[in-house]
Formats: sequence, structure tokens, C-alpha cells
Amino acid sequence: MNESQAPLLSVRGLHTRFHTLDGIVNAVDGVDFDIHRGETVGLVGESGCGKTVTALSILQLLRCPPAEIQGRILFRGQNLLELDGEEIRKIRGQAISMIFQEPMTSLNPVLTIGDQISEGSRVHEGMTRQKAWRWAVEMLRRVQIPEPGARVREYPHKLSGGMRQRAMIAMALSCNPQLILADEPTTALDVTIQAQIMDLMLRLKEEVETAVVLITHDLGIIAEMASRVVVMYAGKVMEEAPVKKLFKDPRHPYTRGLLGSIPVIGRKAQTGRRLQEIPGVVPSLLRMPQGCRFHPRCPEAINICREQEPPMVNLGEHLRVNCWLEVETPEKETPAPG
Amino acid sequence: MTSYIIKRLLSTIPVLIGISLLLFIMLRMLPGDPAQVLAGQMASPADIELIRTQLGLDKPIYVQYASFLTRLVRFDLGRSARTQNPVIEEVWARLPNTALLAVAAITLACLFGIPAGVISAVRPYTWIDYTFTLAALFGISMPVFWLGLMLVVLFSVTLKVLPAGGTGSWQNVILPSVTLASFVVAFIARMTRATMLEVLSQDYTTTARSKGLKERVVIIKHALKNALIPIITVVGLQFGLLLGGAVLTETVFAWPGLGRLIVDSILARDYPVIQGAILIFGLLYIMVNLTVDVIYAFVDPRIRYD
Amino acid sequence: MTERTPKPVPGKDQAKGLDSPFRRGWAKLRRNKAALVGGCMILIYVACALLAPVLFSGNPSAPNLGKSLEPPSRAELLGTDELGRSILGRVIYGSRISLLIAVGVVAFGLIVGVPLGLISGYYRGKIDFGLQRVTDMLLSFPGFLLALALVAILGVGLENTVISIGISMVPIYIRLVRGCVLSVREEVYVEAARASGTRDAVILLRHILPNVMVPITVQTSLGMGTAILFAAGLGFLGIGVQPPTPEWGAMLGSARVYIFNAPHASTFPGMAIFLAVLSFNLLGDGLRDALDPRFKL
Repeated sequence: MNESQAPLLSVRGLHTRFHTLDGIVNAVDGVDFDIHRGETVGLVGESGCGKTVTALSILQLLRCPPAEIQGRILFRGQNLLELDGEEIRKIRGQAISMIFQEPMTSLNPVLTIGDQISEGSRVHEGMTRQKAWRWAVEMLRRVQIPEPGARVREYPHKLSGGMRQRAMIAMALSCNPQLILADEPTTALDVTIQAQIMDLMLRLKEEVETAVVLITHDLGIIAEMASRVVVMYAGKVMEEAPVKKLFKDPRHPYTRGLLGSIPVIGRKAQTGRRLQEIPGVVPSLLRMPQGCRFHPRCPEAINICREQEPPMVNLGEHLRVNCWLEVETPEKETPAPG
Repeated sequence: MTSYIIKRLLSTIPVLIGISLLLFIMLRMLPGDPAQVLAGQMASPADIELIRTQLGLDKPIYVQYASFLTRLVRFDLGRSARTQNPVIEEVWARLPNTALLAVAAITLACLFGIPAGVISAVRPYTWIDYTFTLAALFGISMPVFWLGLMLVVLFSVTLKVLPAGGTGSWQNVILPSVTLASFVVAFIARMTRATMLEVLSQDYTTTARSKGLKERVVIIKHALKNALIPIITVVGLQFGLLLGGAVLTETVFAWPGLGRLIVDSILARDYPVIQGAILIFGLLYIMVNLTVDVIYAFVDPRIRYD
Repeated sequence: MTERTPKPVPGKDQAKGLDSPFRRGWAKLRRNKAALVGGCMILIYVACALLAPVLFSGNPSAPNLGKSLEPPSRAELLGTDELGRSILGRVIYGSRISLLIAVGVVAFGLIVGVPLGLISGYYRGKIDFGLQRVTDMLLSFPGFLLALALVAILGVGLENTVISIGISMVPIYIRLVRGCVLSVREEVYVEAARASGTRDAVILLRHILPNVMVPITVQTSLGMGTAILFAAGLGFLGIGVQPPTPEWGAMLGSARVYIFNAPHASTFPGMAIFLAVLSFNLLGDGLRDALDPRFKL
């Protein structure tokens, strides 16, 4: 990866709030990260940590109000949040596309697969109906759906879960986007199908040069597919590191907890350690704890954790931790990451 | 899809039987002698006896029901106690008029109601939504007969541009259809709004937007197409209701339709016609429902390609 | 890029710590201006009904042929009808009739429909099947036509009007209650109650009935409006409440023939019907929005 080039996507100070009857929900509370061309970055965290909302904020697929998005999202140098409706529509589906979590409900039940895949090509690349249709068949072939010529005329309810997700991937790839936001692409699928889809995605990654933001809570997928990981908790970034480094030497207690809670057969015999769970639950976004958000569940919390939010500590290129334990003196200032 | 249609067809049979049974029982629940009731108040004792033997009213009850059913199948609904014409003729003469009103009203209602509902759903809680919602609320609260009278006051009495009743030219159709449409358009608008709101919150709508499609395409091609499926069902049901529910409108405008026939017969105690008209209406209504179900099965690909 | 949604007022409900659906719903209802307007209008009607002799002196049904069909004037604010009676007086007294009918019909529907719905939904089996077929049949007719047919059997008059419309309303309540019971009985707490040996009657009353209250409440308000509308329709046709009783629909029916020379007689009773039904619908809609948890923003 050409790290010295400017990043493809640069998120700075992203805040996404929701105004609800029960109060203001800070779903994304100051998130920064970069994505470079062609790389796969994992966005990891438990349900409710804000990863999906981050993706939706990038493409501005949230209803504003009740949502409110602030910050800078630089894509190819342009701030996406300053674009008007027409301009952001040009980006969606063509430069940046998204794969959604639930293939059952994310496909329109009254339109054929072919229709839904070819829509993008017709709108963004001006293809004629026939050409777009042929292209849709080609895309289905690429995602390894058998008999693509027949499948393309069918309605979503005829396809199995795995095939629907393949169709969604085909849809996302159809206009050769530079960035794909993949929101839990395998979570809703059976385990064996998950493996197939991951295989497919790995293969496609080699064929095309799309950057991918892989949003998931499954660390196994991250290990296979991502080159770099950003860990989120309760709307903030907790840690960022290259994938091997993260698994080998996690710096943040939350990351350590996540890794420790993966069941590994034979671990107890090898290391003597039992399955470690992280006690407690994710805090309600309406009642965030004071100080570090993770401190009520952190086995290594110290006094200052309860009082003040920790600064982001920069440990190297694409290596940072949001934790007091990494701070040598409490007053340490940090520059922006990347 | 065929199995779906067959199932629907079969389920209408018990309802038909039920209605016929209900009507059969109704007649016998009336005070007095059924033969007299059927013959009418003007009949002579000889006429009454004739009716008694004709309809077998002296035989046991199950024989009576059997002969009732056989006559039904032959569309023999007896004779009107008022005019002595066969009931089926009386009904048949008036049915096209009611159908004309119903078609006109439904068309008006869809033309105005569906777009109004869509606009409301796309711009919820704005002034335009509030206006439409309030108008719809007015529409379903308005007594149909009063609206009709008010329209007559405005257009026939004050402005003198439209006739107050009767049939003849196309101008006669305007006021009754508009009156009849008032409730239906409100109902359809509300339904459309609710359905569209639900569809617009579905995942596949977000997917469509994420592809960079124009908002208009998202609303019409992706959302409305889904929403129309239940809306069509409702429209069909409303049409069925209008066939018999036009009673009040037909009375206000002296429109010679099925509804007015029912009312006049009730006032005149013309039981054969009451029975026959309600039965025919029930049959029509069931057939309309069945047609709606078939259309529904055809339009929803999840059922069509099963 | 974005669509508009309403700006809810953040924090208010949370601060008060409301949890019961009715208390939360009440707070929501109070913010719904349309529903409040409806509620106030209903109160005005009730006041008219209760205070009728105070608001209008004399017998509203006593004919005074000398003053027949006079247009509105200072003496008679709404004019007089074809028998010279004050339309204002008859409209005021008419509120008694209409409200009586509304309450009677809804009470009939509740008393007959709710227990049947509860039994049908809870016990299932043959009773449920049979009842559902009958309900299907009754619901396969438009409500007004059903009431019309029942009047044909039972005869005209106030009591028969209430009974006929009431009967046509029963299947609606049965369906409503049954549907609610069917979903509630699958809940875990009902299973737990049965497992611990609680008697059926107690389960029905303590666990299931409270959940059913919400849709019943909404339907009751809407049903009152419908009852008034149907009764007026029957009256208009001459087969509902009989003269000289001042029922708004019947008033319209008799005023109809004079529409060309005395349109006022057709205007005001109809307006009374319209506003009454409108208020019940406003309130009912507001109740539905306030109490139905799916409509939370």
C-alpha cells in the first residue's frame, strides 16, 4: 500500500447524534480514521458501538433530523458532508458502495435481481438496458452464483441467504467503486455459508483494487481479511493497529478482553487460562459513564480513568490507543493519528 | 399461485352457504306467516295460498331449505310483493347504475387519494402532511348524505350548474360520484400514507438510496411498487363495499340503483326483494373479494412464483 | 440528501420517569393538539346533552306551524324546520339522543364482543372455529348494510337502532380482542402463570385483559363516531329513530324535500353530526398514536 499517498477516505472528528424523545444519543462521538486505496480495514466492536452508524454517516443514509452529523469526511479530497443531494448521489453506488447486513430484507422483494443489480450501471455509467443486464449476469458469474443467466431474472425470495448476499456483493461491485463499506456481511448467514462468502471476498479482493471497510464484531473474519483494525467502543475509537500486531500485542484492555473472550479449544490446557469474559454490559448511550467509557468494565482501571476521558496516545504509524495506561504522564498531548 | 387461488375459491363456499342460511332464517324469524310476508300486504288469501304451495312452505323445514337452495342456483328469487316482477329482474335493472357510480367513485378516489398519501408519507409532519391528514379525517367523518345535500345546495340551488338528482346525462353522475368518493378517497389516502411510511422505513429502501438512485426513483420504483400491493387490496374491498353501501348517496340523488332498491323494499316490507337484493349484493361482494385476492396473488411476486 | 422528520422534545418524558403505557400515552396525547380539540368538542356535546333543558326552554318537538321553515334570525339562531320547531333546540336535544345511541351501541359491542373475543382467542378449538366463521360472515358485509338488514328484521325505533348497530359492531370487537389475546397468550409470563397453576379466569383478568385495553380504548372512541354516523344514516332513511324524537339524521331526512327553498334546515343538523363524528375520530386517532408503542419516534 502506498502509505505516503494521501488517504482515499479520511474521517476527522465525526460526531453523529440522534435527537430522541428520551434525550440525545451520541452514537458516534469523535471518531477519526483513514483508509488508503486498496486496503482492507476492519472496524470492530460490540453491537451498539457505533460502527454501522459510522458507515451510514459516510454515505449520509441517515434521516436528518433526527440524526445530526458533524465533522469532516474527506473522500478524494472532498468533504462529503458539504456536498448537496445531487453530488452525494453521484458518489453513492459508484465511488463508494455499501453491503448490508441482512440480505433477506435488504433486497427489494418486487424487483428482479437483475433489475436491482443493473440499476446502478444504468444510472451511473449510462448503460443501455440490454448492456446493463448483460453486465449484471457477468457480475453474478463473478460472485460465483451458478446459472447466472437464469438467476438474474428471479426475485429475491427465490434465492437462499448465501446467494442473496452474493447478489448484494455483485450489486456493490457493479460500478467498480473505490471503497466498499461492508456492514457485517456474514453475520446473518449460516457458518458454512459464512466461510464461502469470506472465500469469495478474499478472491475478489485480489481481483479488484477496492478499499474495504469491514465492519464486524467477528474477530475471526478480521484476522483473515483485514490488514489494519480500528476498535470501537460506545461511539469512540479505543485502539488502532495493524492486524498482526493487534492480535499479538493488544494494548487496550477492551481489545484484550475481546481477544480473550474468543473460545479456543485447548487453550486451557495450553495456557491455563479459562474463557475470559468482559463483565458488565455496554452502557446505554443515554447514560454514558464519566471519564473513560470503558472504566466500569475494565479490570485495569485506575483513579484517573473514572474522572477524565483519556487522550488518544500515538504509538506509531497507524498505531494508537485511547487509554490512560498508555500515558506516561497525565499531561501528555497527542497529535492527530495517521 | 394456483393452489392459493383454489384455496381462496374454496373458502368462499362456506361464506355463501352461510349467507343463504342467514337469509333463510331471517325470513322465518319475522312475525307472522311467511307465506303472507312473502306475498305482501296487498295479497288476497288465494294469492297467499298459491305462494304457500309454490314455495312449499307447508313442508318440513329442511325440505324448504333444500328447495330454497335449488331455486337460488336457478336464480329464482321469487317475485316482488310490490310490483309482482321477478326479483332478479328488479335487481338486474338497477345493478348497472350502482356499478357506474361505484366505478366513477373509485376512480376519483384513487386519482386523488394515492398521490395524496404518497406525498404525505414522503414529507411527514410538514404542513402539507397535516393538511392532507386533516382533510382525510374530515372525509371519513362526513356523513355522506349530508355532504350530498350540501353539494346540492351549492351546485344546484345556489349556482344552478348541476342537476340535483335523477339520471340522464353525464352531469347527473358528477355530484353523486363526488359524494360517494369522499369517504373512499380519505380512506385510501390514509392507507397509502401508512403503507408508504412503513415501506420507506424498510431496509431495501436504504439499499436503494445507497446505490445513488434519485429520490424520485426510490419512492416510485422501489417504495410505491411494494406499497401498492396492500393498497390494491384495499381499493378492491372498497369497491365491493360501494356496490351496496351507496344506499345513502342513491337516496339523496334519487339514483335508481341497488342500494335504493334495498331501502325502498325495507320501507315497503317487500321481503322477497330485500332477501334477493341482499343475497345478490353478498354474492357480488364475495366475487369482488375473490378477484382482489387473485389480483393480489398476481401482483406480489412472492406469491406468483411459488 | 435528507428527509424531514418531526423534532421531538427530548428529555421530557424521561425526566418524569413514566413507564406505564397509559401514563406515557397520556403525556403524548396532551401534546396532540388535534386530539385535544376533539376531546373538547366531545365535552361540549356532553354538556349540551346534560344541560339541554337549561340551554333551551320548552318542548323541542312541539309543532308551531305558523313559523314553518323560517331562515335563521335573531330570534331563532338556526331557523325553524318544516313544523315550525326551533332547529337550535332540536339540535341541542338531539345530542342526548346521539350520545345515548353512541354509548348504547358501544356498550352492547363491548359487553357481547369482549368476552366472546377473550374466550375465542384463549381457548381456541371448536368454539373459536365456529365463532370465527360467524364473524367472517358478518364482517363480509359493509357495516351499514348489516345494520340496515337487521333493522329490516327488528323494526324501526330507538331501541332497535341501538341493537342493530350494536350487533354490527360486535364482530369488530370480537376480532380485535381475539387478535390481541392470540399474541398475548404466547408471552412467557402467561405460560409461567399457567405453569404455576393459576386459574384461567384469573389469567384472563389479570394478565390478558390489561393488554387488550389499549386497542379497545381506541376502538371505543372510533366506534362511538361510527355509531352516530350509522344511526344518522338510518334516521335519514326514515328507518331509525322515529319522529317526533329529535335525531339529527331524521331531521335531515325530513328537511330534504324542502332543500330548494329552505336549505338551512338541511345544513345545521348535518353539521352537528359531522362535528360529533369528527371529534370522536380525532380523539380515537390521537389515542391510537399515543398508546400504540409502534409509533414511538
